[in-house]
Amino acid sequence: MNEMAKTAMDSSLVSCHSCHLLCKTPVYLGKSGAACPRCGEALHTRKPESIARTWALLLAAYIFYIPANVLPIMKVTSLGHVQADTILSGVIYFIETGMWPIALVIFIASVFVPLLKLLILTYLLISVHKKSQWRPKDRTRLYRLTEVIGRWSMVDIYVVTLMVAIVKLGAIATIEAGPAAVHFACVVVITMFAAMSFDPRLIWDNIDMEQSGGNK
Amino acid sequence: MIIACHECDLLNTVPSIPEGSTARCVRCGAVLYSRKKDSIDRTMAFTIAGLVLFALSNAYPILGMKSEGILLETTLMQGVTELHAQGMWGLAALVFATCILVPLIQLLGLLYIILPIRMNRLAWQAPFFFRYLRKLQPWGMMEVFMLGILVSIVKLAKMAVIIPGLSLYAFAALIFVLAGAISSLDPHLIWDRLGDDHE
Repeated sequence: MNEMAKTAMDSSLVSCHSCHLLCKTPVYLGKSGAACPRCGEALHTRKPESIARTWALLLAAYIFYIPANVLPIMKVTSLGHVQADTILSGVIYFIETGMWPIALVIFIASVFVPLLKLLILTYLLISVHKKSQWRPKDRTRLYRLTEVIGRWSMVDIYVVTLMVAIVKLGAIATIEAGPAAVHFACVVVITMFAAMSFDPRLIWDNIDMEQSGGNK
Repeated sequence: MIIACHECDLLNTVPSIPEGSTARCVRCGAVLYSRKKDSIDRTMAFTIAGLVLFALSNAYPILGMKSEGILLETTLMQGVTELHAQGMWGLAALVFATCILVPLIQLLGLLYIILPIRMNRLAWQAPFFFRYLRKLQPWGMMEVFMLGILVSIVKLAKMAVIIPGLSLYAFAALIFVLAGAISSLDPHLIWDRLGDDHE
């Protein structure tokens, strides 16, 4: 396999991001670029401005993560008494009332997963900057993980939506979505875009070809 | 056939593999492509089933609540409009997009691509639509919404008697059907068909 151990870039080929058609790298691959002859997607050897874009999105997500956890996500008004819950106070409430599974689901989906995703992407970016040679295969796996887990953070948003709708029906109490819900939704959406803009091939661009070929 | 790995850019020579098996990149282990059994027929069956379930799940209430002897019910759309009424139009739009709009577009779009292929034809602008259909895929979050429903049920169970609506069962089935449609879809096969006609 050593003689085959060559990347598309080395062979002046471009793989279409969208339909994975292998094309010859066009002579002019500038800003307006060339389009894939099969599906029409713009062709790039690597995702454009991958590192800068991912950094920018990550930074924005970190900033939104703070109000998302500090501000209340849900306001319950019942009999003139207003109770505002943040994500964490909701989790603590469920632990205290003994509803462990719910506490765990909310904690993992709303606190752990977004933070894990932010940290993994930050680590991947730093490792690309440092031209790290360390375990490229595992780093690619980490990247795959961020793509899969991110969506599950939306759970809390859906819970708020349903609670708002159903409790509105009964006259006992009213539930309002708090400002944290918006910030939290921003974190989820922005980290999804960050994961999409990161190009895992950058991890491998720093890896010595022969070394990785000999590993397997 | 040579495929460049979309995760590490290595050129892999992929032999023709039997139906139901998967080719992985020798260097990073990413799935290069997997050949599905009866891909087109199965995807079409799942898509049509999905459209029926989609109609059911949006037409009927998800959850009902018994309060003072009166049964009150809510649909997903009511949740969206209530968020909007509270001034959270961004959230309302996000929930609407991820739970209603994107899944609907996915189902209709797949049918639009698959049905003509099944009849050895090509839909108008098929490559364009299929490309955007694939891009939309991460934004359909029905399975996450399902988990949201379950969490809400447990949360509300203490406040009132919660009655699962008909739509809840349709939603549950829809998740499996959508997953089935996506996993039986073979993008490589579709692109090959779309590409053939192009040339």
